[in-house]
Amino acid sequence: MPFTPPAVDEVIAALCERHGAMETSVYRGQARIVVPEALSLEALEFLKRSGFDLLVDVTCVDYLDYRGATSRYGLVYLLSNTATNQRLTVRVFVDDPDPTVRSVVSLWEGANWLEREVWDLFGIRFTGHPDLRRLVMPEEFTAHPLRKDYPLQGRGERHNFPVITRDHS
Amino acid sequence: MSIVSPEFDVPTSGPAAGARSEDYLWTLNFGPQHPATHTTLRLVLKLEGERVVDALPEMGYLHSGFEKIGEHLTFNQYVTVTDRMNYISPMANNVAWHHAVEALLGIDLTPRCTYIRTIIAELARISDHLLCNGAVGLDTGAFTFFLYGFYQREVIYDIFETLCGARFTNSYTRVGGVAQDFTPLVIEKIRGFLKTFPKTLDDMERLLTRNRIFVDRTKGVGVLTKEEAVNRSATGPVARASGVTRDLRKDEPYLAYADLDFNVCCATAGDCYARYLVRMQEMRESLKLVRQALENLPAGPVNVGIDQRTALPTKQQVYSTIEGTISHFELSMSNRGFEVPSAESYAAIEAPNGELGFYVVGDGGESAYRARCRPPSVLHFAMFPHLIRGHTLSDVVAVLGSLNIIAAELDR
Repeated sequence: MPFTPPAVDEVIAALCERHGAMETSVYRGQARIVVPEALSLEALEFLKRSGFDLLVDVTCVDYLDYRGATSRYGLVYLLSNTATNQRLTVRVFVDDPDPTVRSVVSLWEGANWLEREVWDLFGIRFTGHPDLRRLVMPEEFTAHPLRKDYPLQGRGERHNFPVITRDHS
Repeated sequence: MSIVSPEFDVPTSGPAAGARSEDYLWTLNFGPQHPATHTTLRLVLKLEGERVVDALPEMGYLHSGFEKIGEHLTFNQYVTVTDRMNYISPMANNVAWHHAVEALLGIDLTPRCTYIRTIIAELARISDHLLCNGAVGLDTGAFTFFLYGFYQREVIYDIFETLCGARFTNSYTRVGGVAQDFTPLVIEKIRGFLKTFPKTLDDMERLLTRNRIFVDRTKGVGVLTKEEAVNRSATGPVARASGVTRDLRKDEPYLAYADLDFNVCCATAGDCYARYLVRMQEMRESLKLVRQALENLPAGPVNVGIDQRTALPTKQQVYSTIEGTISHFELSMSNRGFEVPSAESYAAIEAPNGELGFYVVGDGGESAYRARCRPPSVLHFAMFPHLIRGHTLSDVVAVLGSLNIIAAELDR
């Protein structure tokens, strides 16, 4: 039987009491809460103070052609409590044009590169990020390749990359 | 450790007038092709003499769009790509990927399968730690130690070759099971390894653990405190060497770890030497785990039953039962496959490097809508400038080696 992490009802109740009701759900024992974009930083700060001290991951899903989706991008913050082993998934939904969310680098230093990767591959801007540059793609790259409207085989950007020779390096 | 940069005598007149002391820093480009990076990554170091003032890590040289490919390959096909993410311990990546997929689909594995996966994951951990510690030794001048470690990796490769035919990129797991069951020869080979390896491990510890040169080069270098380790999302041996007691095998027991007896290895110093010690000790704990799991290996089927409609039935079932035949054909047809809920889930295992998890989004189709890999190496590489500031250039390789950066996992 798979392990089920401890329930997080109390923290969610405290968060909702503070910032108003939010949509919550549980899938196979994994608790999830949808936080409005305007409250994302405050809510995550509250969760950090409530014991969720480890930011496991920051990532994003592009719901361009997902059945029943209302917003285009859904950011995923995976939090964990190192003392009680509770886990919580925080979702923040943003939309085109100019999807923007506030950076959490001020709370967790570990978010730095994770947010850079989301900016690089999804084009979601993190305001307040100290160094929002591309992480894995080259700087000349213009697209955000993990978006669903970007083709699997690329658009031939590689042909336009500058070639650095020994004399011009 | 804070560094105090000595004030230069900056002339007030002449051509060098108004120069700042930063202007005298050296910039050194380290990588992307360098024997001590071991993989393809780049560091731009700012040096003041031999002291590192700042470092700028850069990655992306091996970016191959693995997560994009994950949206186009089926759940069983993608396991071949996870091999390539961490070529030091591909078996652990296989287990992590299908662990996440099975969490999404809600599949309960058979007891035999959980034990088999535990054994191979722990063997992968031993081989990963052997290479990581061996490389730290190699970079700090202990070549013999590296060869001792690499010889034992060879023995583990042999076990995996007997098990699944591949030495390096194993692709051993399947949704709901594994590719092949353990044969008596595999069990015999693992038993042989369990017998010979502790002796080699003793030899390795005698070679390096109290070696004056090695201890001087690693003790007090690249110190990470407990608070910083948590704040910077460190996991695995890197976090445990700083005093974080988090180990998913204990904290969220998956597979067969709840039945087995082992200790979580921790240290408090948080330096390169502590990371080395934690890895050395974890190999002994892994041996304990493999031994227990192998002696208590449950009998019975290795894959989930036909009713789950995910793992291929055995050939005997295909040829002698109608359910087996139907299931075999349905799983082989491109428009049938197995049913995937429109839901999202995250599941992680304690990989040799740290928490390796996959955030899998299903949309009802036979491949994932999004297959995000949570790579431990990225977060460890991100804190490299923090660890190296104030140390000397020769410490760069010691810190880099002790973090065990795998570039393919960095870039994906």
